[in-house]
Amino acid sequence: MTVQQVEQGRYRSPFYPRQAELDRLNRWHEWKGYSSADGFYDTALEYFSVRNSTGVFDLTPMTKYRITGPDSLDFLDRLVTRDMKKIKPGRVAYAVWCNDDGKVIDDGTIFHLRQGEYRLCSQERHMAWLNAAAIGMEVSIEEETHEICGLAVQGPTAFSVLKAMQLDGIEKLRPFGLDHFDFQGSELMVSRTGFTGDLGYELWIERDKAIELWDALFDAGKLYGIMPIGTEALEHARIEAGFIAAYVDFLPADVTVRSGRSRSPFELGLDWLVDFKKPNFNGRRALAEEKRKGSTWRLVKLDIEGNKEAHHSYIYNAGRGRRKQVGFITSAVWSPVCKQNIAIGTVQTPHGEVGDKLFVEVYYQREMHWSRVMAEATVVDKPFWDPPRKRATPPGPF
Amino acid sequence: MSERYDVIVVGAGHNGLVCAALLAKSGRKVLVVEANDQVGGAAVTRTFADGFSVSSVAHLLYQLQPQVEKDLGLKLPMSGTDMQSIALAEDGEHVRMKGNHVSGVSNEDKSEYRAFHKRMTRFADLLKTYFNRTPPRLANDASRADMLNLAQLGFDIRRLGKKEMQEFLRLIGMNIRDEVVERFDSALLRGAISLDATLGTHLGPRSPNTILTYLYRLAGSHGELRQPTGGMSAVTDALAHTARDHGAVIRTGMPVTKIVVENGRAIGVRTESGETFNARLVVSNADPKTTIMDLTGVKNVETGFTRRISHIRMQGNAAKLHLALDGLPDVPGLEKREFADRLLIAPHEHYVERAFNPAKYGEYSEQPVFEITFPSFRDASLAPAGKHVLSAIVQYVPYELRAGWSDSARKSFETLAIDTLGVYMPGIADRITATELLTPVDIEREFHIHGGHWHHGELTLDQFLFTRPVGGAQQYAMPLDGLYLCGAGAHPGGGVSGAAGRNAARAIIKAEK
Repeated sequence: MTVQQVEQGRYRSPFYPRQAELDRLNRWHEWKGYSSADGFYDTALEYFSVRNSTGVFDLTPMTKYRITGPDSLDFLDRLVTRDMKKIKPGRVAYAVWCNDDGKVIDDGTIFHLRQGEYRLCSQERHMAWLNAAAIGMEVSIEEETHEICGLAVQGPTAFSVLKAMQLDGIEKLRPFGLDHFDFQGSELMVSRTGFTGDLGYELWIERDKAIELWDALFDAGKLYGIMPIGTEALEHARIEAGFIAAYVDFLPADVTVRSGRSRSPFELGLDWLVDFKKPNFNGRRALAEEKRKGSTWRLVKLDIEGNKEAHHSYIYNAGRGRRKQVGFITSAVWSPVCKQNIAIGTVQTPHGEVGDKLFVEVYYQREMHWSRVMAEATVVDKPFWDPPRKRATPPGPF
Repeated sequence: MSERYDVIVVGAGHNGLVCAALLAKSGRKVLVVEANDQVGGAAVTRTFADGFSVSSVAHLLYQLQPQVEKDLGLKLPMSGTDMQSIALAEDGEHVRMKGNHVSGVSNEDKSEYRAFHKRMTRFADLLKTYFNRTPPRLANDASRADMLNLAQLGFDIRRLGKKEMQEFLRLIGMNIRDEVVERFDSALLRGAISLDATLGTHLGPRSPNTILTYLYRLAGSHGELRQPTGGMSAVTDALAHTARDHGAVIRTGMPVTKIVVENGRAIGVRTESGETFNARLVVSNADPKTTIMDLTGVKNVETGFTRRISHIRMQGNAAKLHLALDGLPDVPGLEKREFADRLLIAPHEHYVERAFNPAKYGEYSEQPVFEITFPSFRDASLAPAGKHVLSAIVQYVPYELRAGWSDSARKSFETLAIDTLGVYMPGIADRITATELLTPVDIEREFHIHGGHWHHGELTLDQFLFTRPVGGAQQYAMPLDGLYLCGAGAHPGGGVSGAAGRNAARAIIKAEK
């Protein structure tokens, strides 16, 4: 009898054969059942590829649902807090969805692929919730996480790379737009989206064409400094862009046990995603109530003095006398492009208005010994990194 | 431009009428819209054969809350009160029960029955207090009144005394079979109590919760049985009268197709004929699934709430059988005057459980259990002179019959039911001149109850008190502004009790103070 040997109880991305050839670190972690690389060469090097040339991140483990059927628009409109009627075919929407109490279950992107045909893409799996939201509606929800693979192509030369790949018309793609291209007989969907706050695209194709897509992309990118990146580099870019991440900056409402540990869109700085002009959507009643009564928490982006990264630090108010602890840091990094010590945190209202000065208690270790510094932090409004090239259409040829 | 009301009640079932009457009495302008041509919902008298009338679904009154009668000053004419229950034996050695008294059993059983009845009625009285109140909310933002109400419940249980409190907590989730087997020798007595605990439910005597359903039965007037003159319509017609006297408008033959929602608020109803009525509040006497899934529309409520509502277990398992007879049947061992009483066919607790077994798998009982009355015996208005009506609740008859409820399936079950009756009433088949069988599917269609379940949702601990119909909606107000529930699907549950309707009216009056 032969026993089949299984290396690990994890899926391999269809890009894995190519990633393995380039990988110098052999550092992988589990992400939604898949092996995902921490990095391939060096986190800093990969990070700089995103900011100076092009970094390629494997999105395959992202949860993908294909949503079709006569009620697909009504379904999504009820699911998420923003108005999906405004998202025309060929457009992409960043959205959050809430439970009955108006607390965020997850955030994600919704691609309006064709009239009435959508792809919902998120970090977490949500089939049970989506099915519940579909009760009484004529809509089909199919998971296509494993069938569709994806690559995020991010950085100033990303446009030039795709141009070199001969994706005709790619120059017309505006931010949050999507288009379909023929790729060796298969349909390649390209959206101008990303998680880095820079010029960038995401490429989506059926699993069988993964290797061909990778090869074509890396061939085209040879002169443009293309490089695969892992999660660590992406995480740095993500914080600079001011994007929040589930399980880092907030907990999905369906996994919290203690009361008060989940967050509303208002508490995550996503007020702009909540459209009360819509007569009904999940969490509307609770959110309207919160709007009246005021929120408990506020998400803040902080510019911190000094250069010591404020991981997991407490945040204090800047009042006279005894300082009161008002919150905590959820994401922190030293930003090489901004030359800033930046962080994302959560504070109790009314603290954390834009421009407020707060203090962050940073613990750091030097040769085993721990030290502590109270660093002043300023609440900022805009993303830390927000280059004009991100928005330019057509993007410049870098 | 249609007239504007303070409150529109969807459905003129007895709870809807109680609610409407109390709200009208409070000075509100109330409109009741009923789909059927007759008020009363499932508490109604209908003609089923030429000259023969019968209470179509509910046929005995034993749960009507005294508070409802008092608040509305109801004076109901009764053709029968204080009826006894007779557990039929094939050999004619029947067991008779009334109050805490039982005959036809050993002396040990008699004294056990007294003790059993005493304890059960005591527990039922405790529950009854809570059946006539809005249940507390268990939430982080529960009000002070909720917390006090909850503390009161705990206190009341504790006040039973240490031993009785332990018994209460031991019994409340338990099955009736274990209790009757521990106490009684008489199989007929055990069977009869098992039947009482499972009537109208999708539960067998060995199912957990059947002590609770037994207590529920007693939580009105200790299970004392009454038969209104003219059948159940006597009750609901009186309620309709009272409501009208207080100024409520009742429109029948007007099915509501939609509860109109605008900007997250229920603002009125639309009827099948396309008429729209507007009101400040819409109160639904329909079951929770019909109310939310069909009338309100899931798009107008939250996803988690929709999911909970769609998961309510409410598939009926009881059928109603009506027989027009050209004379009283022969029942060995039964005195003639006892045709005025309630007869049970449940000769053993195993018989009841075995009757339930097939229902779990989508089949009807080969040997069903019966609760039988001859309403015409006391009330001559129900049948031509010298002729009689047999009205029986027969179970188990699952809503979802695996083979489907075709005409032939219906006919086969009817034949089988009459054959079973024939065992206890030899020759009854020859006396039948007309029949009517209402399976849960028929009850659903004719009385607009999802699943044909008379409680509008199985009466079990997970769908009880704080979680009836579902968590987050237990205080009659639905999580949609302007929408209330006042039917059996709300706390405390079904049966012709009026408690849900009265509690809902009181909750509305309190909320609007």
